[in-house]
Amino acid sequence: MIDFELTAEEQAKIDEAHDIAQKYFRPISRYYDEHEHEEPQDLIDFMWSNRSKGFVTGLGVVGAMMVEELCWGDAGLYLTIPGPGLGGAAVFAAGTKEQWGKFLTRFGEGKPKWGAMAMTEPGCGSDTSAIQSTATRDGDFWVLNGEKIFVTMGHRALDLSEGIIVVWASIDKSAGRAGMKSFVVEAGTPGMKVEKKEKKLGIKASDTVTVTFDNCRIPFGNILGKAEVKSKTEGFKGAMATFDVTRPMVAAQALGVTRAALDMLRDEIDKRGIKIRYDLPRSKQTTLEHDFIEMEANLRAAHLLMIRAMWQLGSGMSNALEASMSKAKAGRAATLITQRAVELMGPLGYSRKYLFEKFMRDAKINDIFEGTGQINTLVVARRVLGFTRDQLK
Amino acid sequence: MLSFSPSEEQQMIVNTVKQFANDVMRKKFRECDEEGQIPAEIINTAWELGLVVSCIPEEYGGAGWEHSALTGTLLAEELAWGDLSMAMHILSPWLGVLPIVEMGTPEQKKKYLPAVCGGKFTAATAALIEPRFDFDHNDLGTIAKKNGGYVLNGEKCFVPLAQDSAFTLVYAREGNASQCFIVDKGAKGLKIGEREKNMGIKALATYELSLKDCKVPAENKLGGEKGCDFKRLSNLSRVALAALAVGVARGSFEFSRDYARERHAFGEPIGSRQAIAFMLADMAIEIDAARLLNWEAAWLLDKKAEATRECCLAKTYADSMVMLCTDYGVQVMGGHGYVRDNPVELWFRNGRGFVAFTGMAIV
Repeated sequence: MIDFELTAEEQAKIDEAHDIAQKYFRPISRYYDEHEHEEPQDLIDFMWSNRSKGFVTGLGVVGAMMVEELCWGDAGLYLTIPGPGLGGAAVFAAGTKEQWGKFLTRFGEGKPKWGAMAMTEPGCGSDTSAIQSTATRDGDFWVLNGEKIFVTMGHRALDLSEGIIVVWASIDKSAGRAGMKSFVVEAGTPGMKVEKKEKKLGIKASDTVTVTFDNCRIPFGNILGKAEVKSKTEGFKGAMATFDVTRPMVAAQALGVTRAALDMLRDEIDKRGIKIRYDLPRSKQTTLEHDFIEMEANLRAAHLLMIRAMWQLGSGMSNALEASMSKAKAGRAATLITQRAVELMGPLGYSRKYLFEKFMRDAKINDIFEGTGQINTLVVARRVLGFTRDQLK
Repeated sequence: MLSFSPSEEQQMIVNTVKQFANDVMRKKFRECDEEGQIPAEIINTAWELGLVVSCIPEEYGGAGWEHSALTGTLLAEELAWGDLSMAMHILSPWLGVLPIVEMGTPEQKKKYLPAVCGGKFTAATAALIEPRFDFDHNDLGTIAKKNGGYVLNGEKCFVPLAQDSAFTLVYAREGNASQCFIVDKGAKGLKIGEREKNMGIKALATYELSLKDCKVPAENKLGGEKGCDFKRLSNLSRVALAALAVGVARGSFEFSRDYARERHAFGEPIGSRQAIAFMLADMAIEIDAARLLNWEAAWLLDKKAEATRECCLAKTYADSMVMLCTDYGVQVMGGHGYVRDNPVELWFRNGRGFVAFTGMAIV
């Protein structure tokens, strides 16, 4: 039975996330945008002490909607919340029960910790099959060598906490994609070093770093999935399973910041005594009304695509197509809506006195990380056409 | 509890309509478009599916199912996938029936509902749109003046099956509100004009209609003295049209997708090029987006909630979506999309219509 109703309990969780976003995120939003790389320590401590509420580890539709609310508060600060993050998601999706215990337990105890994921390299981004980092077997160990860039929260995971990082590397370069595996590296492992902190267009509160591996030795059991090179696709299944969760999650992040822009736009035009009239024919709408309705429809449609992908996942259905659809649509909607909000607000939109310009900068990353809009569109295209990656490049 | 799965009953209806659309509608739709008419046996076969009588209470001869706008959107999408002209023809009795089922007085129900519960297709219709570019359904140019009964004056257009309808619901402005009046076939002052010629929906017979001092008894105002909930009727119509738009767009998407898989250029299928493949991906995403938005709006209407905003968003979104998708359908096929041997040009013409279609279907 098609139903859009959440239970009262589910709605209460989402409302609580919204309250926290409003009380703890929004008021410090501008400060941490202007003070890049400063630690929002109070927020980190507060969110860590409330970690049982599942603000970052919460899965499913409700978890995603909580993420959406927190990103409504601030998309950059959201990323600074301690927790297993993308690295944890990879362990959860591709790891064994023992690995969950070994690597994920830490996120429930002690001091704040972060998890990160390292895939991109200086020479490859979307084309992950071109990864140059290697993992060489040496008895009971793997020896990692290579350089990873654009590691979100790598500094906090590895320098500021006893966190983890999931690293993608090849165990057999001649095997191409099939040789690609993921490995968990714990903070403090010798041979691993955090190098450069990027200065970014937006989401400045989050850290994005380069991590290098120079004969970094990790236990053999830290590999996620099997150690043999088998079928062509084997090695990548883990990554793909991770995307089924993380793509709708990033869509949720995009939709949070985007709704923030639209809500603020509505408030501002409301202050001028203008109400959006929905029941008008095209010939009688103002341009503002026409634009606003287009933005609002796009936002809601993207939101529904996102919760559908999460609902499928929670219902045990395959969602690879719909996860990519939701990510592609959310990235696009975020771009359209946050940029249009700046445009419609004129000088107020462009001024740093208001948050519109920040929303636009913060939103942009969502059409880039976890698969650019184009990569996700490509995934959708392959699936609807039934083409392999060789048939549709 | 949140779910995106239709119920078993809904799925059964969808399957039945899907099969009819594929086996019957799709076999004849081009011919119908060229000839400007739909064979009676198609319409009668559709009638036998019992879609129209399903929502009429048993005491008036119907099947007495609980009306659901959401179920309506599911079946409307499938019908429009088959063919939009046929879909609007098949659904046209709902234009006359559904407002009476939802808002009619007991007398109105007794008088008008049994007429459309027979064994054969019976046309009924509604006249809302007026022939001007700045038409506004909340500011109608057709005026109803109370004078014992009501006197209607004005011009209408895009009235499906006006010629054959047992009765027509005419929407007119009374004071500042849009109200609905049931006008019997052959009423004095009601003149049915020439059949219209439109860019698309060519197989659907639509008419201009003029009302000159057309007298309607007081008891024929829908809902009696207090009138009807026009906003709700508009919203039920919005989700119906948005669902039809999704069906048309899906037809164009599926056809051009299959073509892109088969058609070779430069030694490989044209779908192997991102320029083509990305159009198809966009279509797939936008179709799903429009459908979900519309489901949510219809779901709210089924809960009897105020849903003008949601219905407006769904309809606006679907209007743009269907134009994008039917345009891409032609574009993917290039010259082969432009010739009438292939259906995508027909869907392109039909798709353009949705911005103009207001109140031409209801579920």
